Amino acid sequence: MKIAVCVSHVPDTATRVKIAGDQKSIDPTGVSFVLNPYDEFAVEEALKTKEKFGGDVIVISVGGDQVKETIRKSLAMGVDEGVHLKTGEVLDSFAIAQALADEIKSLGCELVFMGKQSVDYDNGIVGQLTAEMLGYNSISVCVTFQLEGTTVTAEREIEGGKEIVETSLPCVITAQKGLNDPRYASLKGIMTAKKKVIQEKPVGSKPALVENLQLKMPVAKNPGRILGTDSSAVPELVKLLHEEAKVI
Amino acid sequence: MEKKILAILEQRDGKIKKSSFETLSVAQHFASSLEMTVDAVVIGEKIENASDVFSYCNCNLVHFTHTDLQLYSSSAYKKIVVEYASQQGSEFILISNTSLGKDLAPRIAIGLNAGLVSDCTALNLNEKEIIATRPVYAGKALHEVKLNSQVKMYSLRPNVFKAVQLENKAEEKISTVAVENPDLSNRVKEIKRSEGKLDVAEADIIVSGGRGVKGPEHFVLIEKLAEQLGAAVGASRAVVDAGWRPHEDQVGQTGKTVSPSLYIACGISGAIQHLAGMSSSKYIVAINKDKDAPIFTVADYGIAGDLFEILPVLTEEIKKLKS
Repeated sequence: MKIAVCVSHVPDTATRVKIAGDQKSIDPTGVSFVLNPYDEFAVEEALKTKEKFGGDVIVISVGGDQVKETIRKSLAMGVDEGVHLKTGEVLDSFAIAQALADEIKSLGCELVFMGKQSVDYDNGIVGQLTAEMLGYNSISVCVTFQLEGTTVTAEREIEGGKEIVETSLPCVITAQKGLNDPRYASLKGIMTAKKKVIQEKPVGSKPALVENLQLKMPVAKNPGRILGTDSSAVPELVKLLHEEAKVI
Repeated sequence: MEKKILAILEQRDGKIKKSSFETLSVAQHFASSLEMTVDAVVIGEKIENASDVFSYCNCNLVHFTHTDLQLYSSSAYKKIVVEYASQQGSEFILISNTSLGKDLAPRIAIGLNAGLVSDCTALNLNEKEIIATRPVYAGKALHEVKLNSQVKMYSLRPNVFKAVQLENKAEEKISTVAVENPDLSNRVKEIKRSEGKLDVAEADIIVSGGRGVKGPEHFVLIEKLAEQLGAAVGASRAVVDAGWRPHEDQVGQTGKTVSPSLYIACGISGAIQHLAGMSSSKYIVAINKDKDAPIFTVADYGIAGDLFEILPVLTEEIKKLKS
């Protein structure tokens, strides 16, 4: 079985975001980029599935040359092949999903893993968009995954519990934290990854469905009041919450 | 032809959810401003509170019913909504960005050839064009976008838009459609509930604990306060990673983004990932020993002291207030 894992290259979650001069993107100066945290769970699940059932795992990433770093990291974790869908533009979720769907189709992958969302734009829709474009089934925000024959069972997180969802291959699974414990790349893995060839393919340009108008900073809150340093401040706190904020 | 808005509602256990009333209020607002009419759909076997819909919106409600559709089926729900919206020629489609909405919205968007903006926290009209605002980088920045598609779909972050009751309840226009042979190729078999637990994503009040709680056994202090307030218990990433609390309790960039009316952070220093996930809460209280902790920069009220001494007193005071 051919398994695809789609990853994105995102600013580390500890990043302090600054808006760039164009007011449409973030200033990348001093920002360190990493493999999207949710995609780490996707890579791990793809590798575990391969270890159980055999096959090949192919990592796919859409973006500029910098995404190669993230592809290499996935290769170092044990992924077999890498495909870089190259574009100089910042694509919307629909264009990213289309590029992924086209590639997954040409590779003939029946099972696809990706993170439930990228921690940059936080759209959380690329997995299902890709699946629908391919005509595949999909289960999003999975914390467990099981494959038996062609039957896929996964638990997805919902408000106040979990749903047990059943469907069948071909299928896209989006990973939530808790799905597994991603492995570290071994030294051997890192050395092998350096030698692997990453296939590069251009992504055609299309007018954006979701037009980027502006990126801006949220209005900063005025710092509040420190009411005291021990429990003697509690009555005042309760009074404020009850009478001023009216939230209790 | 009359222009139409479609509001997709969600039921759980036969009850339309609060977040769906928020969606209806947004639909009502745009219907008035843009002279459009509203259709609403809800899918499920039985709906107990369908009549409440008309307290929020003047609309035609269609209830699609089938015994196998009480639990969510992405394949069946998608097909029903796509067919209905195509028939109606709906131009704007609204849904709440709950876990069901998150899963369903992109499927419908593809089915209708629509553009989708997910997790909107504001929709503003600019010359009859909708400008959507959504938090990115877990709320560290805001993105303003517009859709260039014919059919436009927006999913709305729960707890952000207000459910506003109409002055006079609208006329009840409900039709029930029995679904034939729903496509159950992708379906929920069962729901495992976390018994008696309120979810941080839905709670109006959250009491969260961080490293300052010093161990899983001391979370009982947080739980007692939460119980008095009818609040959910949240946690910082540090304590989830340490295994003190389950992942579903985590608030922050790799956990849940929340916007309750009141967020009480106990023993949480306020790492940027955590602040990103909770700073849009309406009121924030911080209780932390270190007066220089970043959590105080977003807090409305703070006590810079020992939570082990403060929390029992706070719990007691709330109890007094409630009685």
